Amino acid sequence: MNPVLFLGAALAGGVGAVLRYLVDLGIARLAGRRFPWGIFLVNLSGSFALGLVTAALPGAAVLLGAGLLGGYTTFSTAMLDAVALWRDGERPAAAFDAVGMLLLGLLAAGLGLVLGSVL
Amino acid sequence: MANVKVRRLLLVALGGTVGTAARLGLSLALPDGGGFPVAVLLANIVGAFLIGVLAARLPAAADLRLLLGTGVLGGFTTYSAFMTGTLALWTQAPLLAFAYAAGSLVLGLAAAALGLRLGRPRARRAA
Repeated sequence: MNPVLFLGAALAGGVGAVLRYLVDLGIARLAGRRFPWGIFLVNLSGSFALGLVTAALPGAAVLLGAGLLGGYTTFSTAMLDAVALWRDGERPAAAFDAVGMLLLGLLAAGLGLVLGSVL
Repeated sequence: MANVKVRRLLLVALGGTVGTAARLGLSLALPDGGGFPVAVLLANIVGAFLIGVLAARLPAAADLRLLLGTGVLGGFTTYSAFMTGTLALWTQAPLLAFAYAAGSLVLGLAAAALGLRLGRPRARRAA
């Protein structure tokens, strides 16, 4: 990977992180903080978008995929949220946050791949 | 969005750039072994552990938490590549894809819980 592409993808990751922060704040304002809908929806939308990019724009895989969408979506906060729900005694919500996100995320990425391949 | 502070956005942007650079660097150092996404798995598990430590040490609204947690670790770990990586693996080796997905989730949850536990200040750990 050439240094310019590396730097560009890293900066795109910074932009993705800001988008995640803003979407999370916006959704929390609408839906409250009882369940972490913000990160849940960020990861589903980002997985869909990465499927789309992978299939339709393979040339932009580093910049938009690994960079922007890699920075937009997050695994660490998703795990922390599920553990926190579990510790608060919200067991079904914790299971849905962890397993539901995984299954719906796979579905979203698959839909993105299919849609991207016909575009 | 009137009460979103520019300083906070800059902290997240800076951290996210650094975290993404670290993940890209790791993926260059550890290329996918036979199609298995080693670098993403490692980044995600290490990142989940570290965010647990961070959450045990710092209040959610702290600037440093925003820089290191939302920014660096948010950028270092990734969910989207975890999903597309699982689907790509599925087409070649469904059993391995299942192991990757389930293993990431179990190890990720365990790592975050362990980080929370080990990150607690000593005086309070005994309680």
